[in-house]
Amino acid sequence: MKLLDSGSIAATAIIRYPLRSSMLLLAIAIGVSAVLILTSLGEGARTYVTKEFNSLGTNLLIITPGKIEIGGNASAASIGQAVRPLTLQDAMAIERSPYIESILPFIGGSAAVNFDGRERNVNIVGTNHNMAVIFDYEMAKGGFLPAIALDKVSQVAVLGGTVASELFQNENPLGKWLRIGDRRVRVIGVVEQTGQSGSVDVDETAFLPIAFAAQVFNTESVQKMMANPRDADVMEAARKDIVRTVMARHQGHDDITVLDQGAILNTFNSIFLVLTSTLGAIASISLIVAGTLIMNVMLVAVSQRTAEIGLIKALGGQRRQIITLFMMEAAILSFIGAVLGVLLGETAIYLMRELYPAVEFHAPLWATMAAVALAVLCGLLFGIMPARRAAALDPIEALASH
Amino acid sequence: MIELVDICREFTVGEERVQALKNVNLKIEQGEYASIMGPSGSGKSTLLNVLGLLDTPDSGKYFLNGSNVAQLSDDELAARRQQVIGFVFQSFHLISRMTALENVELPMTLSGLSASKRRKRAEQMLERTGLADRMGHRPDQLSGGQRQRVAIARSIVMEPRLLLADEPTGNLDSKSGSDVLALLEELNQEGITLVMVTHDPAIGDRSRLSLRMHDGELTAERKR
Repeated sequence: MKLLDSGSIAATAIIRYPLRSSMLLLAIAIGVSAVLILTSLGEGARTYVTKEFNSLGTNLLIITPGKIEIGGNASAASIGQAVRPLTLQDAMAIERSPYIESILPFIGGSAAVNFDGRERNVNIVGTNHNMAVIFDYEMAKGGFLPAIALDKVSQVAVLGGTVASELFQNENPLGKWLRIGDRRVRVIGVVEQTGQSGSVDVDETAFLPIAFAAQVFNTESVQKMMANPRDADVMEAARKDIVRTVMARHQGHDDITVLDQGAILNTFNSIFLVLTSTLGAIASISLIVAGTLIMNVMLVAVSQRTAEIGLIKALGGQRRQIITLFMMEAAILSFIGAVLGVLLGETAIYLMRELYPAVEFHAPLWATMAAVALAVLCGLLFGIMPARRAAALDPIEALASH
Repeated sequence: MIELVDICREFTVGEERVQALKNVNLKIEQGEYASIMGPSGSGKSTLLNVLGLLDTPDSGKYFLNGSNVAQLSDDELAARRQQVIGFVFQSFHLISRMTALENVELPMTLSGLSASKRRKRAEQMLERTGLADRMGHRPDQLSGGQRQRVAIARSIVMEPRLLLADEPTGNLDSKSGSDVLALLEELNQEGITLVMVTHDPAIGDRSRLSLRMHDGELTAERKR
C-alpha cells in the first residue's frame, strides 16, 4: 500500500467521525498554543529588558564610587560605609585613557528655577554634551550642552520640554536668562518632549554643564559616570585602565565599581532564556496530556472500526499496513491540531500585543517548531498502542463484530 | 485446487471444548461449484474460515494450489488471501464512508497498485456486476442487492481463483437474492472456483458439489 493511499484512507476516517476528530484537534491545539503563549511571555519580557538596556548602547562601562562585591546586593554607600567620592578630576583622568572614546559624568539633584517671577522646582542634571548623543535626544530649539572641558564652568542650561513651557509659556526661551538658586544662567536649548529615558525624566529636567552643576550643588563629587570604549574589543582593557587610573589617584585604594553593560545584558538574556524554556516545558505537559487523549480516542476508533479492520485483513492487509493506517490517522490529527494551535497561539499573542503595546510578545521560532514537533511525536507515540491492538485483532472475530 | 487432509479445529467456549472440525477430508477441483450446508454450529463457517485462510487448523494439512498452507504466518496467509481468494459476506462488509468505486478499489489499494490502474479496473468490475451508474454512491445509498454486487465486484477485482461466499443471499429479498446468485454462478462458469455456505436447500441443489456438515464432520457429499 502506498503511503499516500493510507493517508487518504486515514483522512476519510477523520472526516467521517467529526466529533471525535474535533475533540482531539482541540486538545492538541490548546497544548500547542499554550506553549506559544507562555514562551511569548518570557520572550516578550526578555526583549523588553534588552531594549531598555540597548537604548544606552551595549558598549558602555558604568562607573560608580564605592565597591560592590560580587554577590552582594547593596552598594557600599547604601550600607553607610564611608565612600571616597569620584571627582571631576577623576573623570578627566579617565577621559584621557587611550582606551576611552568619550565619557558621560552625571550629577543629579533638584533646585528652584526662577524666570520673571515664575518659580518652579526642577530636576537638575549636571553632565556634558555626550548625554544627548548616548540617550539620543532630539532638540526642539537650539543645541544641547557645548563640548567643553569637564572642569570649565559655563553658565548655560538646556531645558526639558515641560520645564521650558511652564517657565516661558509662549515666549522663546533661547538666549533668555533665568535663575537657578542664586546663579544666573542662559538658556541655549530645549529638548523635544521625550518622557522617561534611562533614569531621567527628560521633560522635567534642566541640564547644566557638569562643572557648573557642581558649583550649584556645592560639591566635588560625580555620582556616576558612563565610559564609552573606543572599540568593543577593548572593553576589558578599558575597564582595567579605569580601575588603575582611579587607584593611582586614590592612594592605591580600589574603591570604585565598573560594570560592563554588555555583560549585564548577557546575564539578563540567559536568565530570560531559562525562564522562557521553563515556561515552554511547563506548557509542554499539556501536550503530553493531549497525547493520552490521542491514545484514548484512537482506542475508541479501533473498536468503532473493528469490522473494517477484519475486512482489511480478509482482503490481504498485512499487520504493518493496519498499523500504518492508524498511525497515519494519529499523525494527521496531531499535525492539523498543531497547525491550529499555532494559529490560535499567534492570534492570542497578537491580541496581547494590542493590549500591551510596550511589550513585544512573540513566540520564538524554536518554541513554535518544538511544540509542533512534540505534538506530532506525542500523536505517533500514543498512537502506537491502539494501532498495534488493531493489527493484532483476530480477523474472524473482527468480521463478526459487525 | 483445494485438498484438506484430516483437518481438526477445536475451540474453548467457556469451560467446554468444542470440536468445530473433526478430521475433515475434502477435495475441491479448480472451477468447482460447491455448497456447504448444515445446521448452526455444525462447523460450516469454521470450514469456510479455514478454506479462506482466516483460521488455521490445529492439525491436518491444507493444500491450496498444491502447497501446504496450514502452518503459514499471519502475513504469509494475508498475502495468499490477497492473491488467491475472494470473499463475499452475508453482511456485505462495505466501508460506509467510501463510495462503491473506492470500496472496490480497496484490495488493489492494499496491494499497492497505482491509482489510475485501480480506478480503471474497479470501473470495469462495477460495470461487470451491473452497477455502472452507481459508482459514486455510498453503501447507504444502495439497495441490499446493489451492496452485495459491489461486494462481489470487490471480491473478484484481484482476479482470485477461489471465491468464498458465506450466506451471500442471507440478507436479501428473493429477487435480489436470485440476481446475486446468478451473478456468482456466471463467474463460476467463467472458471472461478465457487464455495458457498448456505441455509437454503434450493441453492444447495443448484451446486455441482453439495456438502453437508454435522457436529464438525462432513456427513454427506453429493456430486452431480
